[in-house]
Amino acid sequence: MTVNAFNADYLFVFILAAFLGFQLIKKVSPLLHSPLMSLTNAIAAVVIVGAITITGEEGATPLAKTLGFIAVFCATVNLVSGFMITDRMLKMFKPRGK
Amino acid sequence: MGVFVPFAAIAASALFILSLMWMSHPSTARRGVRAGEIGMVIAIIGALVQHEVVNYDLIIIAMIAGAAAGIPMALLMPMTAIPQRTAISHAFGALAVGLIGAAEYYKHAHPEYAGGFIMWVLMFEMLLGFLTCTASVVAFAKLQELMGSRPVSFPGQRIFNGAVALATVVIGATLAIDPTQTWLFPAFVALALLFGILLVIPIGGADMPTVIALLNSYAGLAASAMGFALGNKLLIVAGALDGASGFILALVMCKAMNRSFANVMFGGFGKVIAGVTGGKDDRVVRSASAEEAAMQLENASSVVIIPGYGMAVAQAQHKVSELYQALTKKGVDVKFAIHPVAGRMPGHMNVLLAEANVPYEQLVNLDDINPELPQADVAVIIGANDTVNPSARDDPQSAIAGMPIIEADRAKSVFVIKRSMNAGFAGIDNPIYYNSNTQMLFGDAKDMVGSIAKELSGGGSGLH
Repeated sequence: MTVNAFNADYLFVFILAAFLGFQLIKKVSPLLHSPLMSLTNAIAAVVIVGAITITGEEGATPLAKTLGFIAVFCATVNLVSGFMITDRMLKMFKPRGK
Repeated sequence: MGVFVPFAAIAASALFILSLMWMSHPSTARRGVRAGEIGMVIAIIGALVQHEVVNYDLIIIAMIAGAAAGIPMALLMPMTAIPQRTAISHAFGALAVGLIGAAEYYKHAHPEYAGGFIMWVLMFEMLLGFLTCTASVVAFAKLQELMGSRPVSFPGQRIFNGAVALATVVIGATLAIDPTQTWLFPAFVALALLFGILLVIPIGGADMPTVIALLNSYAGLAASAMGFALGNKLLIVAGALDGASGFILALVMCKAMNRSFANVMFGGFGKVIAGVTGGKDDRVVRSASAEEAAMQLENASSVVIIPGYGMAVAQAQHKVSELYQALTKKGVDVKFAIHPVAGRMPGHMNVLLAEANVPYEQLVNLDDINPELPQADVAVIIGANDTVNPSARDDPQSAIAGMPIIEADRAKSVFVIKRSMNAGFAGIDNPIYYNSNTQMLFGDAKDMVGSIAKELSGGGSGLH
């Protein structure tokens, strides 16, 4: 499934995403730096995708299943609590007269 | 079903990008969270329907358990604990990355992968993942005050840390070149974990905003590296976005302290300078009472409040908001001056004040408030110290020389709410306390602000 050689496509995607990330984050209001951190943390929990694969794939060893199980658990905690806390924080930011 | 998988990854990547785009302003930010959530759901469905995935029971149990732990955490967590929660969530995220890397390593521990790209990337990913995990746990322990927030140092620290780092890299490289040496693998993991601890123990509490931002960046980079190892572009994109975010925040924090990354990470700040104070006792400190402060505030036309970590410690944000409401009602223009490193994480003060119902338009950034301070009638410093220290601007010899400060001393008069005359985190003497236009309000921030607010709303007539 995975190849053993370096694949330049990945680096290409990484560089573009990193540049885009810099441009987007620079525009985030400093007001929201705390919610930004918990949001990006929740987004990074997308590693759950990898955890799901190693836990559920055909021929997974008991060790892989155990490690994968813990990883799915950790990532789920992060993504659930990350999105919810971000929303809780953002709800509090109200403009004047509200 | 298989056709869906690549499209799921593209859709999820796009939604994550939109999510960050909408974070640019409070009015669209919640839409950003929705976009992120939808992106995540699509990504998870995409992972579940892959034809490689055949066993669902463990996945479902882990997800239910994770949600059962995460939901109460999100609902019950007090806003004052946000820095700790952020630190521990980096630990969780990094641990997940490390463990996935470990499982992948054992899967690839065959001679045909020796020295291959996957092995190198996996080793890099695990190094970053495991060290971020323990580093975040230490940051959490410091923020939760399970351990002292002062820097920890021991003789030969740098040499020891360097040796551990070197050993980790050498073993990692050995494993990449010859992955069949599985007996070395636990040593690699243990060393990476140890290195994470060593990295954060010498860093003091006031540098936590930078450290948390850096760990955020590391966690993102580790996720991205995992994307390289697994050949998953969605992980590369999400990790790069997270990595970029943490990196920019760390840069903002460093700039706000006029320090370099290296200085934050290896400076051992906050312990060196502690002995400088003393011998200046002839200077006069003027103190005032809550009534006197209330009277001056009431007669002001513009007031700038400068909160610092002390406000968070005293949990004074709700009383500060009462003060804001009382003054606004009397027609006083009140603004809050927010220093980027005030508190224990980026944006800490904003969240606390927003929670206490202060409208976000009143929360003004360092660069925007300084030109306004000379026109302000009163500046009220609540639990801030180093961020308002004029010696950063005036004294090139000062340990914080060059650090951008909120120029509270330029206001017509200054009130400082402070428990005692003890020095701040950096242990540096603060001349603002001795200025002729400064009055000290000694006491607990919450009680003091509360009594000023009470004086103001209790019908100011009694004061005259």
